[in-house]
Amino acid sequence: MAKRQPMGRKTKNRLEVAAMYLIIAVMFVIIFYPLLWAFGISLNPSSNLYGASIIPENWSFVHYEWLFTSPRSNYLLWYQNTLVVALSVSLIGTLLVSFTAYAFSRYRFRGRTYGLYAFLLLQMFPVLMAMVALYILLNTIGLLDSLLGLIIIYIGNNIPMNAFLVKGYFDTLPKELDESAKMDGAGHFRIFFQILLPLAKPILSVVALFNFMHPFMDFILPRIVLRSPENYTLALGLFNFVNDQFSNNFTRFAAGAILIAVPIAMVYLFLQKYLISGLASGATKG
Amino acid sequence: MATKDSQETTNQHKKTNSSNHNPTFAMLLSIIPGLGQLYNKRYVKGATIFILFAAFAIVMYDFMSSGLQGLITLGEVERADDSRIFLSEGILSLIFLTFFLIFYFINIQDARRDAIKIKNGWRVTGILEGFRNAWDAGFPYLLVGPGLIFLIFVVLFPLLFMAFLAFTNYTLYNAPPRNLLDWVGFQNFVNLFTIGEWRTTFMSVLSWTLIWTFMATTLSIGLAMFLAVLTNDKRIKGKKLIRTVFILPWAVPGFVTIIIFSALFNDNFGAINNDIIQPLLNTSIPWLTDPTWTRIALIMIQIWLGFPYIYALFTGVLQGISEDWYEAADMDGATRWQKFRNITFPHLMFATGPLLITQFTFNFNNFNIIYLFNEGGPAVRGQTAGGTDILISWIYNLTFTNSQYSMAAAISIILGLIVATFAFFQFRRSRSFKEEGTY
Repeated sequence: MAKRQPMGRKTKNRLEVAAMYLIIAVMFVIIFYPLLWAFGISLNPSSNLYGASIIPENWSFVHYEWLFTSPRSNYLLWYQNTLVVALSVSLIGTLLVSFTAYAFSRYRFRGRTYGLYAFLLLQMFPVLMAMVALYILLNTIGLLDSLLGLIIIYIGNNIPMNAFLVKGYFDTLPKELDESAKMDGAGHFRIFFQILLPLAKPILSVVALFNFMHPFMDFILPRIVLRSPENYTLALGLFNFVNDQFSNNFTRFAAGAILIAVPIAMVYLFLQKYLISGLASGATKG
Repeated sequence: MATKDSQETTNQHKKTNSSNHNPTFAMLLSIIPGLGQLYNKRYVKGATIFILFAAFAIVMYDFMSSGLQGLITLGEVERADDSRIFLSEGILSLIFLTFFLIFYFINIQDARRDAIKIKNGWRVTGILEGFRNAWDAGFPYLLVGPGLIFLIFVVLFPLLFMAFLAFTNYTLYNAPPRNLLDWVGFQNFVNLFTIGEWRTTFMSVLSWTLIWTFMATTLSIGLAMFLAVLTNDKRIKGKKLIRTVFILPWAVPGFVTIIIFSALFNDNFGAINNDIIQPLLNTSIPWLTDPTWTRIALIMIQIWLGFPYIYALFTGVLQGISEDWYEAADMDGATRWQKFRNITFPHLMFATGPLLITQFTFNFNNFNIIYLFNEGGPAVRGQTAGGTDILISWIYNLTFTNSQYSMAAAISIILGLIVATFAFFQFRRSRSFKEEGTY
C-alpha cells in the first residue's frame, strides 16, 4: 500500500489535469458553437434557415455584398445613423457627466445629499418602465422618429449611473491638487479643465466608450422612438431582418450582425481590463 | 489670516449699531421675493431676485394654472381635448411649481440668514464681492444644472407620467384623443388583485420572474466561480487564451447572440434539435412551444451570456489572494474543499458582493432576452402574458400589443417598488453610502 501511494497520487494528479482541460474544451465548444454557426449561416446563399447549414456546400458572400451594394439595403445608412447617435451621446453625455460628477465630488453645496439620493434612486428604474410616457412626450414635441429624440433620451438615461462612476473616480484624486491650484488663483473652470479632467481621463474614456457602444447594441429604445426604415439604427435594422414576418431573412441578419459583432467584440477584448475594472469600481464606489 | 482677524474686530464694533435689524421682519418682507434682500441693503441681489421671480410668475402663471387645472379635470370637451396632453402639461406644471416653491423657500431663508448676519454685525459686501460670492456658491449648481435638466425631462417626467397613468382608465377602448380619460383612484390595483384573470396572470408572472432572476443569476455566478477557480489552477497552461475565450460571450453584443440562440433552439429546423437531440435521443424537444422547455432554454442562454463578466471579476480577485493563506492551510492539512470554503469563497464574496447583487437586479429586468428569444411566448390560454413573460416584458406587451396602458402603469409601479426596496437595502450596505453619511 505504502508503495503504491505516490504512483496513485501522480496518476490522480494527471487525471485531474486532464479533466480540467476536458471541462475547458467543453466550454470552448459551447462558447464557439453559436458564434461559428452564425458565421457559417451567413455564408449560405439561400435567404432562410431551411436547408442552411453551418458548413455550406456552395458558400458565398452574397449577403455581405447585398448589404453594401443593393439599392434596397439601408445598411450603410443605418451605420451612419448609429455613428451619429453614438458620437453625440458619447461626447455630450460624457461632458455632462463629468460636470455633474465634479460638482458632487468636490463641492459641498446645499441639496447635495438630496441630489445624490435622487441620482441613486433614478438609476434604479429601467427606462422601459417609462416607455409609454417617452413615446407620448416625443410625440408632443415632434421628436418622434428622429435621431435627435433618441440622442436626448440616451444622454438623459446614461447620466445617473455614469455620474456615480466618475464621481467615485474623482473622489480618489487628492483634494490637495485643486486646493493648491486655488491658492495660486486658478478659477473654478481652470481647476476643472486643466487639473482634474486630464487626471480623470481613464474613467472618462471608459464612460465615453460605454456611451458610444450602447447605441450599437440597443434595439428596444430605437424600436419605440424610430418609425421609418431610413432612420433606423443598426441594431433595430438587423432586428427587423428577423422580426419581419413577410421577409424572414436570417442569413442576411447573420451577415449584418457579424459585421458589427466583430469590431465590438475586438474593442471589448482589447479593453477588457479597463472596462471590467471601470464597471467594478463604479459599483463598489458608487 | 490677519485680514480676517481685523474684520472680526470691526464686526465686534458694529455689533451694537445694527442689533435692531430684525430677521423675522426680513423673512416676512421676503414673502414678496426680493424685498427682504432690499431691507438687508443688498440692492442688486434683491432687484435680481424680484425681477426673476416676477418674470417667472408672469410667463408661467397661465401655463401653470391651466396645467394644474387640466391635471384635475383631464379635459372636458370630448374629441377636442386630449387628456394625454393635459396630463403631461399638468405634470410639467407640478415640476415647475415644485421648483418655484423651492426657490421661494430659499429666498425667504436667504433673507433671514443675511438679516441674522447683519444683526450680528456683518457688513454688507460690495457689489463686486457679492458677485464673486454668488459665483462661488452658485458654481456647483451651474455644473449640476444641465445634467439635472436632462434627468428631469428624460427620466423623472416619464416616470411621473407613468405613475399618474396608473390611476386613470386609459385602455384601448377609451384611448385619447377620441375619448377623455378619468381618474379612477386605486381601481386598477384593486382589479389586478381581485379580478381572477388578472390575479392569476400577475401571480404566475411574478413567480416566474422571481424564479428566473434567482436561477439565471445564481447559476451564472456558480459557473463563473467554478471556472475561475479551475483556470486559476497552477497546472493549467495557456491561461491567457482560455480567459480571453471565456470572456468572449460578454464581448459579443447580446441582442445578436440571443437572436442566434433563438434560431438554434427552433423546434423544427434549429440545430440543437436537428444535430444534437435528434441523433442522440431520437426525439425532439419543443423548445419554443412548451413553457417549461422555453424557461429551461432561457436560463441556459442567460448563463451563457452572463457568466463571462462575473468570471472576469472573480479571476481578478483570485489573482489578488495571497499564496500565504493557502500555504498556511496546507500546513494545517486542510482539504481542498475546506480551502475553498474558508479562503477562496469569502474572498470572492467580500470583493464582489455589491456587483453580484446588481446582477440580480439586472436579470430581474432583463427584457432583451425574454423578448428576443420568444417574445415572452409560448402564449398561454386565458392570460395576457406568455409563458415566459417576466414583469417588464409583460408590461411591454400590455402597452404595445394590448394597449392596456393603465394596467401596465399600475404593474410598473409595483415593479418600481420592488426594485426600489431592493436597491435601498443594497445601497445602505454599500461602502459609498457610509462614506456619504459623514458629510
